[in-house]
Amino acid sequence: MELQLLLLFMVFAAVVAVQIEDLLSSVIAVGAVGLGLSMAFLILKAPDLAITQLVVEILCLIILIRATINKDLPLIRDGRWLFNTISTLLFIGIFLICAYFAFKDLPKFGQPTMRVAQEYIDKGLEKTGAANIVASIILDFRGYDTLGEATILFTAVMGVLAVMRKVGRIKNEKS
Amino acid sequence: MSEYILCFVLFCIGLYCVLRKRNIIKIIIGLGIIEYAVNLFFVLIGYRAHGRAPILAKDQAILNMVDPLPQALVLTSIVIGLAVTALLVAIAIRIYEKYGTFDITKIRRLRG
Amino acid sequence: MKNPEKGMTLIVKTITRLTVGLILLYGIYIVLHGHISPGGGFAGGVIIALSFIHLMLAFGKEVALKKLSQAQASILESLGAIMFLSIALLGFLGGYFFFNFFLHKGSPFALFSAGIIPLCNIAISLKVGAGLFAIFTVLVLFTPLEINRFNKDNGNNSNK
Repeated sequence: MELQLLLLFMVFAAVVAVQIEDLLSSVIAVGAVGLGLSMAFLILKAPDLAITQLVVEILCLIILIRATINKDLPLIRDGRWLFNTISTLLFIGIFLICAYFAFKDLPKFGQPTMRVAQEYIDKGLEKTGAANIVASIILDFRGYDTLGEATILFTAVMGVLAVMRKVGRIKNEKS
Repeated sequence: MSEYILCFVLFCIGLYCVLRKRNIIKIIIGLGIIEYAVNLFFVLIGYRAHGRAPILAKDQAILNMVDPLPQALVLTSIVIGLAVTALLVAIAIRIYEKYGTFDITKIRRLRG
Repeated sequence: MKNPEKGMTLIVKTITRLTVGLILLYGIYIVLHGHISPGGGFAGGVIIALSFIHLMLAFGKEVALKKLSQAQASILESLGAIMFLSIALLGFLGGYFFFNFFLHKGSPFALFSAGIIPLCNIAISLKVGAGLFAIFTVLVLFTPLEINRFNKDNGNNSNK
């Protein structure tokens, strides 16, 4: 029951974040969605994710506020109302049809099919010696995933440095 | 079952925001909401009723544990989402310096 | 403190001086205990980055960059990546990638246990923390004023 209330709060905050005109209020509302997600992870028995989501949400909020603050923003009106609404509803309808077919094959809520994970839970402690099974999965059983994640993070950092660097700008001004 | 439906609703709100809005910051926010919905969906699939967190304790045999595999996948996905958001914000700041606006239709008009 | 123009007010600076060390210590605790309690390299790395970001927000960018400059952050991030990859490659001693090559893994639930997992946690925390700090530094240090003037001229030209 708490989970449904929390999800309703998240949906409400997401609607506020999408519909409000002021950009700073919108960013703060999306922060509320993220903090609600952190609490939902805690209810769903995932403390690792709760800690990570809480911390990441704060950093994400700081970065988004950095993007919106101190900018004189004219109010942006949505034009071409009919065409945009129809195309948006079309996309959402296609998504909902696909989701309906996928929904029938899902396991019931609260009864997961744990074919692979049961092996990890049973053998995790004796094979790796770590009490935290999530840590033993991300760093031992599935180390390739973490290696790929490290590569993506490295690429993102390089991308930000390349987009924001100063050398290219000076060359542009001279030419 | 209602949890899945609320999760889909959250995804649809994010999709609406990405498709309908013309402000770049609003589009970034919509992508963030979609990412939250997908992460939540992964964890919802792995939840077991009256389960316990996947951390072993000393001198305790824990029988019903929630599925640790989606949690491990989502843990990497959260940090990737932060890095992608930072990259998008960097590009948005660059666009603002170049064109002086966040409106995507104005950007298209100025280029030609 | 010497130039009160930089950073925030005196109250914020005093509280920051009291708390920033504790935040850094908490991040290190989260990293080192990642294999026996909730947490791990990702969360701990972000907390470590947040402690430096806290310093930068309160005291201005010079103080934080004196503690950890941008070049040092890049070096630390590359160091984390190389450390993680070399741990993975050392697994070939036992036969395959990501092999847990410590034969004696220590007693479970102790701090020094679980073979390569604490080392990987440290490597990932270095990588995540230094990377996010580098991203934030670049976003803050970006000065838009001069280029804005240039672009207004450019925009006028393109309008003509």
